Amino acid sequence: MVTEAAVWAALTDVKDPEIPPVSVVDMGMVSRVVVDGDQVNIDMTPTFVGCPALEIIRRDVAARVAVEPGVGGVAVRFVFDPPWTSERITPQGRERLKTFGIAPPMPESAGGLINLAEVPPCPFCSSHDTHMENLFGPTACRAIYYCDACRQPFEAMKTV
Amino acid sequence: MADADVLVALLYQLADDELVIGHRDSEWLGLAPHIEEDIAFGSIAQDEVGHAIIFLRMLEELGEGNADDLAFLRPAADRRNAVLVERPNGAGTYLENPQFDWGYTIARRLVYDLFDGVRLEVLTRSSHQPLAQVAAKIRREERYHLLHHVTWFKRLAQGSDESRRRLEEGIAKVWTDVGGLFTLGAVATSPIFPATTQDLLDGWMGELKPIFAAEGIAWPSAPLMRPPLGLDGRRGQHTPELGALLEAMGEVCRAVPGASW
Ligand SMILES: [Zn+2]
Repeated sequence: MVTEAAVWAALTDVKDPEIPPVSVVDMGMVSRVVVDGDQVNIDMTPTFVGCPALEIIRRDVAARVAVEPGVGGVAVRFVFDPPWTSERITPQGRERLKTFGIAPPMPESAGGLINLAEVPPCPFCSSHDTHMENLFGPTACRAIYYCDACRQPFEAMKTV
Repeated sequence: MADADVLVALLYQLADDELVIGHRDSEWLGLAPHIEEDIAFGSIAQDEVGHAIIFLRMLEELGEGNADDLAFLRPAADRRNAVLVERPNGAGTYLENPQFDWGYTIARRLVYDLFDGVRLEVLTRSSHQPLAQVAAKIRREERYHLLHHVTWFKRLAQGSDESRRRLEEGIAKVWTDVGGLFTLGAVATSPIFPATTQDLLDGWMGELKPIFAAEGIAWPSAPLMRPPLGLDGRRGQHTPELGALLEAMGEVCRAVPGASW
């Protein structure tokens, strides 16, 4: 019989389709794994409600877990309780985001407000001399910044 | 009215508002004032359509039919969005001589975002737990839309004489429809939706008035609950422009039945 630990380990092989170095576990998208005999039920929480990668993630998760020894069936469900927040990204996930040129999300300001005066350090040179170019980026979860020290544009995960 | 009926009526209003405004947002792609704005409106459109999908799936689970069919094939008379969100972005169409109006778009976006924020707060207190949970999540995303549109509102108000004039013209145009956001149609105030029209209106005015005041923009008047044209979108009354929008939005779905995307 498959163990929950084995399922969690398998899930670290499933990468975010838009950020290949980062797994769905690193992203904090897996909220619950329940093993019932040979049936595995996985609850996942979407980073953004309208993320178009959700069906790809669901497919990849189901396919990966299905090949674990002792697994008969896999059900993947998206849930909103607890909601995904950028605080759910693991320390390892934050480091891996940087290797892909994406600054990890800033901590949430008091009262849940977004503080545009706070800018993330550059993922390439670590300088704090950066500024926001666009609150909206290539995906719903990312914004675009520019580093005035090493003169490169970079992306940052939004604080949500 | 039974709770189940209130929930269904509410989900149609939520889904249709988000789907239709998301479609209008998407029509700015390639036409916005600069490339960053194309990206911003593309991203905002994707968020709004994503929110609509969640509400449509809830309707599907309640036996209302397939979510894609509800989105693409449902006739205008069955739509429950407010008339404000279906108005075109300006003269012309996306494909033919678009003379879109940025001042109107920003005015509409700001009043809608604030309304949506007030409504989402009410939904987080809904007795229907799945809806309350989704609302909590969506609220966190919508903060970015509001921030963006407030920034634009200030920029146009403080920019040039022309940008301010066009913003004020946009506000005047928005005001003819804005009351239609607050009518509740078949949604009864209840544990499912614990607010009245007046609660929504008060919450919205409480947020918008200071923004107008900060820019020295005169508060037009209390929004008219019965729009001048007599069209109440919450009761399925719409302009011909909604028909044209649905025609465009459902084109692929009707041309290739059963296609997946
Ligand atoms: Zn740098």
